[in-house]
Amino acid sequence: MHRFANPARFMRLSARLLPWCAAAAAVLIAIGFYGALFLAPPDYQQGEAVKIMYVHVPSAWMASFVYAVMALASAVALIWRHPLAHIAAESAAPIGAGFTLICLVSGSLWGEPMWGTWWVWDARLTSVLVLFFLYLGFIALANAFDDRTRGSRAAAILAIVGVINLPIIKFSVDWWNTLHQKASVFVMGGPTIAASMLWPLLVIATGFVFLFAVMLMLRMRAALLRAKVRALRFGT
Amino acid sequence: MSAFTALLTRDLRLAFRQGGDVANVVAFFALAVILFPFGVGPDPDLLARISAGVLWVTALLAALLSLERLFDADFQDGSLEALALMPVPLEIQVLAKCAAHWLTTGLPLTIVAPVLALVLHFDAAGYPALIAALLLGTPVLSLIGAIGAALTLGARRAGVLLSLLVLPLYIPVLIFGVAASEAAALGLESRPHLLLLAALFATSLALAPWAAAAALRQALE
Repeated sequence: MHRFANPARFMRLSARLLPWCAAAAAVLIAIGFYGALFLAPPDYQQGEAVKIMYVHVPSAWMASFVYAVMALASAVALIWRHPLAHIAAESAAPIGAGFTLICLVSGSLWGEPMWGTWWVWDARLTSVLVLFFLYLGFIALANAFDDRTRGSRAAAILAIVGVINLPIIKFSVDWWNTLHQKASVFVMGGPTIAASMLWPLLVIATGFVFLFAVMLMLRMRAALLRAKVRALRFGT
Repeated sequence: MSAFTALLTRDLRLAFRQGGDVANVVAFFALAVILFPFGVGPDPDLLARISAGVLWVTALLAALLSLERLFDADFQDGSLEALALMPVPLEIQVLAKCAAHWLTTGLPLTIVAPVLALVLHFDAAGYPALIAALLLGTPVLSLIGAIGAALTLGARRAGVLLSLLVLPLYIPVLIFGVAASEAAALGLESRPHLLLLAALFATSLALAPWAAAAALRQALE
């Protein structure tokens, strides 16, 4: 792992990976949305409104996934003092907050025609909202100190404490039987969603993972360059 | 254990000698609760319906108000560094600080809450559950708050930041606290909610001191 601790090596490696990841993200998302919007059938109850799912569900997965990545990077940063891990965690946070916001907004737009309301205080919705505030708290805490390393470390501890929310999000629909529907893809005995609807969903989700990788690498490269400029200018 | 009690008595003595802190928290709690009848109108039925929620939300805010001084005074005058050098684990010291914080905020709030519940026409059947829920829930507020207070030591605008970090983590306590109090007031079983609150208390008692101590070590580096 410390092979990749060298920022110069990371810059070289990420420059080589970026175009491939960007192409993969573009192709997968394009195929996925073509499948979702033109090939997948409308739902027998929800009609065409079900297409919101193809944005909502992958961004919901990404919201949790990015938080897990961020918490893992924070743990690595605290335990091994890995120099790139803090940068990775801090670069991932705004992306994760973005996915969480997309998930909340698309869910709200989906809820209005289906449930008849923009928002309910359901366990799943509430725990995702808490996740959004955890992202915001992480970003605020990381930037709240004059000493940047102190901010990074404090934020890393917060990220690890917040991991407790991830299982709550995952199991909230099983523990509290409320308006949000239960899991239908990752369930025992295989998915209960039709294959024609499942494949675009999975393709888009994979595309989103690549999109996240692209954005993360871009943000990390920018953060490294910013640190370099600061060092050149102020000699710190 | 002697170090624990020594630290606890020190913090309690400091709190009482400086005076005002406990009174301020209780006064804020009472005033904030009293605002609600003016805000939503004096209708007894409406007040009774929202009373459990009002009591819990304001208790939560009152506890939050006093969190900032949990470590800050010791951090400012340097005694926190001296404490960190003691052979006693920092985790135990955090526990002692949380205990002192609870005795000067959570306990007074629990004692005052029934009186304020009376003003809000809270159903008489709910009192035992309300008190039990507050006794189980307010220590969790102190323990989770200790993490936030330790993380924001020395930050710019620490107070605002502290509420942004801590309030989302308080939501489970609020949910089960209100559920227990309301269930009892409506004549339903409040035991499951109280058990969940107890589980929250046990979990945070076991985990929060570690996180807060880790944050303190970062702050002292």
